[in-house]
Amino acid sequence: MPAVRETVEQVRSIDVDKYKYGFFTDIESEKAPKGLNEDIVRFISAKKGEPEWMLEWRLDALKRWRTMSEPTWARVSYPKIDFQDLYYYAAPKQSAGPQTLDDVDPELLRTYEKLGIPLREQEILAGVENSRVAVDAVFDSVSVVTTFKKELAKHGVIFCSMSEALREHPELVRKYLGSVVPVSDNYYATLNSAVFSDGSFVYVPKGVRCPMELSTYFRINEKQTGQFERTLIIADEGSYVSYLEGCTAPSRDENQLHAAVVELIALDDAEIKYSTVQNWYPGDADGKGGVYNFVTKRGDCRGRNSKISWTQVETGSAITWKYPSCILRGDNSRGEFYSIAISNGHQQIDSGTKMVHLGKNTSSRIISKGIAAGFSENTYRGLVSAHKKATNARNFTQCDSLLIGDRCGAHTVPYIEAKNASAVFEHEATTSKISDDQMFYCMSRGLGEEEAVALIVNGFVRDVIQQLPMEFMVETQKLIGISLEGSVG
Amino acid sequence: MTALLEIKDLHAQVEEQEILKGLSLTVNPGEVHAIMGPNGSGKSTLSYVLAGKDDYEVTGGEVALQGEDLLEMEPDERAAAGVFLAFQYPVEIPGVATMTFLRTALNAQRKARGEAELSTPEFMRLVREKADKLGVSQEMLKRPVNTGFSGGEKKRAEILQMSVLEPRLCILDETDSGLDIDALRIVADGVNALRSPDRGMVVITHYQRLLDYIVPDIVHVMSRGRIVRTGGPELAKELEASGYAAYTEAA
Repeated sequence: MPAVRETVEQVRSIDVDKYKYGFFTDIESEKAPKGLNEDIVRFISAKKGEPEWMLEWRLDALKRWRTMSEPTWARVSYPKIDFQDLYYYAAPKQSAGPQTLDDVDPELLRTYEKLGIPLREQEILAGVENSRVAVDAVFDSVSVVTTFKKELAKHGVIFCSMSEALREHPELVRKYLGSVVPVSDNYYATLNSAVFSDGSFVYVPKGVRCPMELSTYFRINEKQTGQFERTLIIADEGSYVSYLEGCTAPSRDENQLHAAVVELIALDDAEIKYSTVQNWYPGDADGKGGVYNFVTKRGDCRGRNSKISWTQVETGSAITWKYPSCILRGDNSRGEFYSIAISNGHQQIDSGTKMVHLGKNTSSRIISKGIAAGFSENTYRGLVSAHKKATNARNFTQCDSLLIGDRCGAHTVPYIEAKNASAVFEHEATTSKISDDQMFYCMSRGLGEEEAVALIVNGFVRDVIQQLPMEFMVETQKLIGISLEGSVG
Repeated sequence: MTALLEIKDLHAQVEEQEILKGLSLTVNPGEVHAIMGPNGSGKSTLSYVLAGKDDYEVTGGEVALQGEDLLEMEPDERAAAGVFLAFQYPVEIPGVATMTFLRTALNAQRKARGEAELSTPEFMRLVREKADKLGVSQEMLKRPVNTGFSGGEKKRAEILQMSVLEPRLCILDETDSGLDIDALRIVADGVNALRSPDRGMVVITHYQRLLDYIVPDIVHVMSRGRIVRTGGPELAKELEASGYAAYTEAA
């Protein structure tokens, strides 16, 4: 049964009138009332028809969250968030479940188009066969369209919404959920644990190389709806999976909170490649509005010879607080972090990674390219640590910052901790500006000012671009140009 | 006939210091002009002013390219209008493959002129053919623009850009500097191949040596921001023998 229909029927099956807060329902969506309390958590869990243990898990998270306070160590500033003034649940409403993809609300398909979902993926949404990208499209909080399940199922790969996974594969979810990012890990992750709405679930069985790139598009749609995605990816022994996540959001005045949690688990000899292009609304020219992106992403190289590779292209959001990390638990495991972080206007980015070396002969590599323009602040914050038993830990870190103009800031905050004398950690960092000579050289060859900036910046980030799957490369190069529009002159 | 380039009484300054002090020059289509002169006479300033570099402020005079006011145009507009400056010190652009750079530049110019962009196969064919003639290897085209290039490679890459972009007015600023005799010959062959009845060239050089290979129609001597003498190719030979002393002292 398609996820869409399931979701719709699930929603319908709940007797909403009995819920004491009732519903706010407009044409397009249903949502729970503003604010956060036990009832809201129960409501979300009930809406999704979750097992009892899941509800308990959420309630426990809520209890812990209430005792925590917002972290303040990041180099970002924003007005205090009133967490009781947010909605914690919104689901797209459809009067009847679409029987096929053709039945999907054309408004939704138009939205995908506006979001710039590449033609190839649009074809999938339009039902064109033989494409090699599977999209689990997330519209607001609930997965609306899930494709290519059959072909994936042939290989035993499970790729579905978290809600569906909770119903169909509760044993897997229960075993792994919160095993990488514990319930009380940090303020936003704990909040997410209490109220997460939906997200993606991937399980790749032993020895299977996932036959296609798995791709999810996120979008924040509802006014003042916090988005609390929860993603869990498990690569069983000897398997491989590449996962693409691309995001964008429409213009909006209110600040929008996004606090996602992503957990990756790689068992013996398994490899997970996770790529993100984040292009949420960054706020207007005066810094008004824009998304608050407080995300916890962590991968656990749990098995021997396992590998987890994060690649991120961060161009959007008013505030980004994000540190995709790797726990290198298994012997000979490897973690990688490739990042492009572009800030323009009044954007603030505090992002980086943690490479925690626990097993023997573990290695990690960090390549971070920060580009700051306009009035923005761009901080790389990273931790590389080797624990006592982590013999022969290796890390190479390269942090390059590029400044455009003289009113922005680039900062590098690397932490290095080695408790084992055999560790070899290398750290290289550079900060540079686009030179007038480079600009003049490009322009004397016929490139316009913005084209010249885009070209020079694309050169600067080339090492990271090359890590992206083909699907994202061209898009990303264009996105870089778009993100830096108005940064010169 | 409209002159390709017409400079009248040009004055320009850098950081409030006047470098060009009333320079006039006319280049007709098909002509190759050499501008020689001692260090500090303003030769490179002239090339930057023509290409439109910031910080080079024109304080007087006129420059017309085929009758159009060149000084009103941005550097990229000048490029699209057909001005090309082969830099004395080509600039490095890390991470941008030479091939990508060439393609971006050519398509930007074509777009500005309202022409269609070249398809990838068309472009590759064009570049391969031109690169072969200049001894520019495929491997070199993949390397980032001027990054880690030797002096000779940089100059060859400049001439390759020139031959791909096919400008109307080529300005070569000390293209011979840092070249050994073999590299000089390759570069000169490349430049000579671009000589045509509707293209003009301004070859700026300190030494006569380059002019053995790129034989000019007209030779100018520049001193203290002005052209002080004009003659035929024999003038270059004369300078080789007598040096610039007469011009620096007389001025």
